[in-house]
Amino acid sequence: MKVVNYLSAAAIPIIILIILFYGIKEKKKVFDCFLEGATEGVKIVVGLFPTLIGIFLAVGALRTSGILDFIIGIISPVTDLFKIPSQILPLAMLRPISGSASMGVAVDIMKQHGVDTTLGMITSVIMGSTETTFYTIAIYTACVKVKKIRFVLAAALLADLAGMISSVIICQIMS
Amino acid sequence: MLNIIWPIFIAISFIYALITGNVEKVSNGIFESASSAVELTLTFFGTICLWNGVIKIAKETTLMSKLTKMLQPAIKFLFPELKHNEKAKEEISMNVVANLLGLGNAATPLGLKAMETMQKENPKKDTLTNSMAMFIVLNTASLQLIPTNVIAIRSSLGAVAPSGIILQVWGATIIAATVGIIATKLFMKKF
Repeated sequence: MKVVNYLSAAAIPIIILIILFYGIKEKKKVFDCFLEGATEGVKIVVGLFPTLIGIFLAVGALRTSGILDFIIGIISPVTDLFKIPSQILPLAMLRPISGSASMGVAVDIMKQHGVDTTLGMITSVIMGSTETTFYTIAIYTACVKVKKIRFVLAAALLADLAGMISSVIICQIMS
Repeated sequence: MLNIIWPIFIAISFIYALITGNVEKVSNGIFESASSAVELTLTFFGTICLWNGVIKIAKETTLMSKLTKMLQPAIKFLFPELKHNEKAKEEISMNVVANLLGLGNAATPLGLKAMETMQKENPKKDTLTNSMAMFIVLNTASLQLIPTNVIAIRSSLGAVAPSGIILQVWGATIIAATVGIIATKLFMKKF
């Protein structure tokens, strides 16, 4: 566990170090590049903000109204069988469909149950290891006007499922 | 998609609350959700801008092309049918590298370019080739070295170690990607 924590913590400084090293070695204006990139970041965040408000409204309504607990109550016997915490079900279902919606759900779960709990870790790992599958498939096939996507959706969803199950198992082993 | 899901979520919640008498909580929640969106965005701001700045430096160096070269053996294994399509292979590697570095905004245009290049040699224009299918599955697998967004969320929520999930994420991503690749290799022979 200590080694894992150390490596996880070391990953970002090491990557930044490598990038800086290359930047200096190739005589780039490192700080100017940084500023340019950070400015682009502002645009990304500002663009994200309206979506987040909308999603938080919907997700908050689902939770405060009690309907989320109602639905979880129905499904939980099945998930208990596999030792999957039923609270992550809404996340698992939304993740392939919408990036911002699943982000809203993830934040909500971590706020309610704590970031550092096993449930919070599972939520984080699922968010970090899966993609908005439907959206990705849609833009990649639409750009070349392909209609017959064969088995791609099945294979991609299978990969998502494997990612989610392994997120749960990895986090439960490590906690 | 959200044009359908979003109103449904809100409508069923409000109706459910009206029936079960939970209206006050829901009413308070509406404004809470607006302010938590502001809170999250504020903490997001720092991390996203910071990482974007760092990655911009990487983009200016030869680091990208070095990583692209290192990927060649993997690309050969995943896309055997692109043996003679050097341009497609190069665009695919660049897309993968951009994904690894968390350059989502750069990865997508590169990926779309790769799709177009592969489409040129596609005998059946309305159907995906094996290589295109593999490429899309790879892009749905979220190959990312640093899950920046998650780390940003975690630090905004006061996690003890916001980046303490990196190894777990790598583990889950590798398993997901492996399953996706194996499924694609198996399915492409049958469908």
